[in-house]
Amino acid sequence: MESRQDLLSNIKRRQMWDFFFALAGLMALLFALITLLALIVDLAMTGVPRIDFAFFANFPSRFPEKAGILSAWVGSFCIMLTTAFCAIPLGVAAGVYLEEYAKKNWISALIELNIVNLAGIPSITYGLMALGLFVYKLKLGQSILTAGLTLGLLVLPIIIVTTREAIRSIPNIIREASYAMGASKWQTIRYHILPYSSGGILTGVIISLSRAIGETAPLITIGALTFIAFLPTSPVDAHLPYLNFKWLMDPFTVMPIQMFNWLSRPQAAFHTNAAATGIVLLLMTLIMNGGAIWLRSRFRKKMKW
Amino acid sequence: MRRLKERLIEGALFLAAASSVFVTLGIVGILVTESIPFFEHVSFWDFITDREWTPLFENAHYGILPLLCGTFLTTIIALLVAIPLGTVAAAFLSEYVRPNVREVMKPILELLAAVPTVVYGYFALLFVTPLLQKVFPSMGGFNVLSAGLVMGVMIIPYISSLSEDAMRSVPSHLREASFAVGASRMQTAFRVVIPAAFSGITSAYILGISRALGETMVVAIAAGMQPNLTLNPLEPSATITAFIVQVSLGDLPHGSIGYQSIYVAGLSLLCLTLCFNVIGLWLRKKFQEKE
Repeated sequence: MESRQDLLSNIKRRQMWDFFFALAGLMALLFALITLLALIVDLAMTGVPRIDFAFFANFPSRFPEKAGILSAWVGSFCIMLTTAFCAIPLGVAAGVYLEEYAKKNWISALIELNIVNLAGIPSITYGLMALGLFVYKLKLGQSILTAGLTLGLLVLPIIIVTTREAIRSIPNIIREASYAMGASKWQTIRYHILPYSSGGILTGVIISLSRAIGETAPLITIGALTFIAFLPTSPVDAHLPYLNFKWLMDPFTVMPIQMFNWLSRPQAAFHTNAAATGIVLLLMTLIMNGGAIWLRSRFRKKMKW
Repeated sequence: MRRLKERLIEGALFLAAASSVFVTLGIVGILVTESIPFFEHVSFWDFITDREWTPLFENAHYGILPLLCGTFLTTIIALLVAIPLGTVAAAFLSEYVRPNVREVMKPILELLAAVPTVVYGYFALLFVTPLLQKVFPSMGGFNVLSAGLVMGVMIIPYISSLSEDAMRSVPSHLREASFAVGASRMQTAFRVVIPAAFSGITSAYILGISRALGETMVVAIAAGMQPNLTLNPLEPSATITAFIVQVSLGDLPHGSIGYQSIYVAGLSLLCLTLCFNVIGLWLRKKFQEKE
């Protein structure tokens, strides 16, 4: 039989351990957050003074003080456009199929398992696949189109998963009401399911694009150039049909690759340029992620079924 | 008419869903077909036993060991940071913190995963390495330690977020039962919640390991790109991914041995990741049966 004294000391000891564990948890969180803060502050202190209008309007150069990121941000923008164009329809369609149509059989089980596994495949192997398939087999060249397709496939699982989550949160009464009015399955999806889940889908799209904008490795693999002092062909023509898609076949560079290139040079002045590029990049990802978080919480509050 | 349209749409949607399988098949197919010519040139035995990896030199050696060594070393360092910190943070968020605090903390923690990896490379090379050099004066500008540490911080949210989801989905009556017999919060967390959530936590760890194995920019920037058969984290080394980047930066002719070597490296990386995923699947099965 334990004495009262033993029991009290036992409780005290456990309370102490409890307290230490909470402290450890707090420290772990703080450690991660302080690292994030240190990263941002360090980058900002070096990079922010370098950012001015000329930095966005100049091409890269041998002289660090004249160099800018014009070709890099234009390239990033063009590739984002191509990526979005390829990944959104495919991802949303796949999400709709898996959530609304798929029967429980081995095919849908295979697709689901595959999507989970895609998340674990290193991004650089997507680049190797794109080099072999898009650049050499399909002869698309080391172009904006190749890069956009590569990143599109890379972020596809993110869009599929978020689309499915968004669709799953719509209660069945909506579907039943629509069927009761005589709508077909596709009409139900087209006029009810998709509009109501658009907030969640948009969140996924933003997150996937913010992931794509920072991706570097697969683009290096497919042969992004590190020094480009020209812009892709203008998409607008002076004569009919006014639009052309030649820019899709142009070589490219993007902001992370420009940053990597400056970072691998020995001169400190180029490192300052790298920091400035990093700040621009970081700002864009943080804004996009912040937007996605805001969107998610807004839709969660608004949608009370 | 309407039925036909419905069928067509369903077919199109199915193709979109199936496309993800084609991506996987494409990756595996391309890696394998482009690697085959390499093994007509180099024997598999040399590939796994040679202690040097210099495929682009005059006197070429094709031993994958130095690259594997670099990859494992950085991954282990990263996991030594990410697994304890990520798990403790997850337990803290799920068991100790009020829900509204958790709703704020979790997205902030997830921002760590959103930061572009090239920015982490900058941070490792120009912030963490100089800091570490004050502790280890002998350390070079490129080293495995700072790359691994930074990669670890980068992976924390992958581990903490998924683990926290798993821990939170443990039904609360298990916790209440544990409190009712007089267990403290920490005892409940370690003896009840974590074991019950173990299969979910395992998936989090496996995802973290995959990320660490495949992470490219941090190691390419901060660890140097010299294939180096060493276990000393203060020295520079090259990972599989860093080697692929290094070769891709040069002008490599299609079909050359250099070109094939990056596919062989990529295939090895994919096999490694696959191995860990299979182990993870097996672990999960094993622990799910126990319930």
